[in-house]
Amino acid sequence: MDSATTPDAIHVLDDRTDQVWTKGSGKAFKCDTKSTAGSVTQRACAFCGSRVVLYPIADALHIVHGPIGCAVYNWDIRGALSSGSQLHRNSFSTDLAEKEVVFGGEQKLEKSLLELIEFYKPKAAFVYSTCIVGLIGDDVERICKSVSRKSGIDVIPVDSPGFKGTKKSGYQAACEAAFRLVGTGDTSDIKPYSINLLGEFNIAGEAWMIKEYFERIGIQVVATITGDGRVDDLRRCHGASLNLVQCSGSMTHLSKLLKQHYDIPSERVSFFGFEDTARAIYTAAEHFGDPELMERAQELVRTEIAKYAPQLKQYKKQLKGKKAALYVGGAFKAFSLVLALRALGMKTVLAGTQTGSAEDYEQLKEICDPGTVIVDDSNPLELAKFVLEKDVDLFIGGVKERPIAFKMGVAFCDHNHERKIPLAGFEGMLHFADEVARSACSPVWQFAPRRAQAKAFLDSASQSDFATESTTTEGGKA
Amino acid sequence: MSCNCKQGNPDIMTADGDSPEAALPAAATRNACKLCSPLGAAMVFKGIRGCLPFLHGSQGCATYIRRYMISHFREPVDIASSSFSEDDAIFGGEKNFTAGVENVIRQYQPEMIGVGTTCLSETIGDNMLGMIKKYQDSHAGKGPPLVHVSTPSYTGTHSDGYYAAIKAVVQHFAKPLRVTMPRLVNVLPAMMSCEDLRYLREVCAMYELDATILPDYSTTLEGGSWEMYHRISPGGVTINDIEEMGAATATLEIGHTQANNKDSAGHWMEKERGVRLDSVGWPIGIRLSDEFFAAMSLIANRPMPDQIALDRGRLVDAYIDAHKYVAGKKVAIYGEPDLVIGLASFLSEIGMRPVICATGAKVKGWRELVTAEIQGGCNDVETIHGADHAKISERARELKPDLLVGSSKGYPLARELKIPLMRIGFPIHDRFGGQRILSVGYRGALELFDMVVNALMESKQENSETGYSYL
Repeated sequence: MDSATTPDAIHVLDDRTDQVWTKGSGKAFKCDTKSTAGSVTQRACAFCGSRVVLYPIADALHIVHGPIGCAVYNWDIRGALSSGSQLHRNSFSTDLAEKEVVFGGEQKLEKSLLELIEFYKPKAAFVYSTCIVGLIGDDVERICKSVSRKSGIDVIPVDSPGFKGTKKSGYQAACEAAFRLVGTGDTSDIKPYSINLLGEFNIAGEAWMIKEYFERIGIQVVATITGDGRVDDLRRCHGASLNLVQCSGSMTHLSKLLKQHYDIPSERVSFFGFEDTARAIYTAAEHFGDPELMERAQELVRTEIAKYAPQLKQYKKQLKGKKAALYVGGAFKAFSLVLALRALGMKTVLAGTQTGSAEDYEQLKEICDPGTVIVDDSNPLELAKFVLEKDVDLFIGGVKERPIAFKMGVAFCDHNHERKIPLAGFEGMLHFADEVARSACSPVWQFAPRRAQAKAFLDSASQSDFATESTTTEGGKA
Repeated sequence: MSCNCKQGNPDIMTADGDSPEAALPAAATRNACKLCSPLGAAMVFKGIRGCLPFLHGSQGCATYIRRYMISHFREPVDIASSSFSEDDAIFGGEKNFTAGVENVIRQYQPEMIGVGTTCLSETIGDNMLGMIKKYQDSHAGKGPPLVHVSTPSYTGTHSDGYYAAIKAVVQHFAKPLRVTMPRLVNVLPAMMSCEDLRYLREVCAMYELDATILPDYSTTLEGGSWEMYHRISPGGVTINDIEEMGAATATLEIGHTQANNKDSAGHWMEKERGVRLDSVGWPIGIRLSDEFFAAMSLIANRPMPDQIALDRGRLVDAYIDAHKYVAGKKVAIYGEPDLVIGLASFLSEIGMRPVICATGAKVKGWRELVTAEIQGGCNDVETIHGADHAKISERARELKPDLLVGSSKGYPLARELKIPLMRIGFPIHDRFGGQRILSVGYRGALELFDMVVNALMESKQENSETGYSYL
């Protein structure tokens, strides 16, 4: 047996054939379903979903109730910045041991919470349930109530055991938890032209950039949820007139709750690329129906584009005609990226997401070129297959996708929440182009064995009995 | 857009950025100094040729561990999961296990599947061995072997998962053999870098020994750029070689904790397969390397090769050349138990004072294990087991070390105390080359020694008023 494989030898699993779709094929497409066992999904679990959504609320205490693994793998790895409190960057866990698994972890949870609240003085606390908490019968809700009474702050359970649905179910649990705070703060100083930014996580300070656009044209941003988040902002976000929802997957549920309970309308937006950033600002301006506001919005867009568009030209020259693959969390980001890549003269040939909804994919299908492959809840082997079949030059994704690209001599751009470079807004488009070009135009690819030049060298070298590891395929027993 | 964020170590700031006044929290773990046991098992499975790791539980366990390992090794790390749903948590995960295994075989065509459990599957009481047997019976024994190891996160740490998986693999494959091959040695390493594993093989070759190194992830987790895609990264010890471990002349088991562990893989091989066990510590520095090479000479029936003797000479010379720059400097060490013991031995023999020796694991007799290897007295040495990073930080604020030695996770403390951090161990997420740090043998000690001296010199130079370029 040999582990080296050609792309046509990799078959999509039977259970997954409906989650892989080629534009022009006319086939049905399935999404929003649980991951196939053994498929090596790139998705994490429901717990992870809720943990990432609430993580940026900086002045809250976040404690993971469970064994240590769930808490330790997400300690201070995300790029969500806070302008003040840094409390969220700690990793607190009840670190359950065998003893508690047998006799219950309630006592340890209560003691942990009381001590931590006394020490760190958070404005609220979130308690995340992991897989085994329900199984061992801990009544987390009751402990939260008791600690709340004793400490005087809101202690909120997040119902997020890993097996409970998909990562998206975790988003929903997070929205439910965050919503418990809504409606408890003073809204008297909120102006009529006011919005909340939902699903903006302030990666590398993106929320600050975006917030500034709105403030410049006279729209008040009441809360960014959850980027650079504060408990008090959540308490009063029901006073805003409009919700702009960016990461549609993570925050749709909260926007629905805000609509249902406070009648706040919402609009889906994206802040990636010139086009979508402009559209997002216009959407808000249009909502308030004030011609002067719209004028200021147009002026801002003109100024910003004039500032950055000329610098984009050089990148466009370098990148024109290159083929891109993208695999990201939510679908709304995926279509922004298709447009942003197009603006750089690049073509998207493979697009996929972990948690896109049917509605998202419809839109994605529409804007993609014929022949583009669209995948839902994909895995490394599938991605490798299509990267090779489509002969892509650039892959956009996260940590888990990066080695797939690099091993195959394909350029890579990090577009996940662990990155430390702002890619949103007008300025972000410039960073994005720079990130893409730095990788796609690097001279290192000439040495990658899969690339033609390197191949020529290796061929000539092997004639003189010179072998490298890359020319021999290992992996099987002789 | 400016950031007025609160500066300082997040573990010692209130939500408002002030210094906390209340008593130190004791019940919760704050910024753990350990990872969970399935990660250690996955490392071992990654070091076997054609093996795909499989975690029986919720899929987040596999995804989290994959991402953590990828960020350190920067290589593909595919780990399958049975992707439990709510129903499976109630009714048992057998259906998903079977479906998962079948999908893994279809996609990866593995030579082996390494099955680790998780908190979830252990708590609901899934009978792994029964499930595996049932699966294999229904397939008439065809298909790759499935090797099971019990790794609930609520028991032990990644170190324990690592050693448990080695034992599970040995027990599964190593046949009872009557023949002894005098030039064959089994090497069971601690959770070392890829470079360490490569060097161990090189050393064995210098002693004219064939080595079966279990696990050997030196290539699977640090390989070349590929011409074709590989379902499973090339490299690793073969099952065939593991099967023949019973014919080896000796087993060299590395790690102080394993020497004391009568249940270790090496002890099992001695008892059940009659292969003599030589236990050594993680050979960091001269004294532990002397013990290691003495064991090698005994196994190989050869004197120390000239090249290694030359390495030792250069190392002694380097120690002497630079000893004044490190003398009396205080160091805090944290990480896996066996790594910390090895480092403490090394750093004390060059004249430094290991004022904190901490591990996240709970280790019986931790103080005795560590202090037995430390030279120059131990009154000033704090040994902490079951430590988290908040605890280490708290002690370091008082003891004021000049240097931190451990994984990337000590960076917030190094930044707070304005002292250098020498990165070693796992994970190294904020530098490149963690997988290439050589620590074992005289050659490894020389590399570490230069790193230590230069870190201290750089720190002194940076903080000096004159900034001499001649030191």
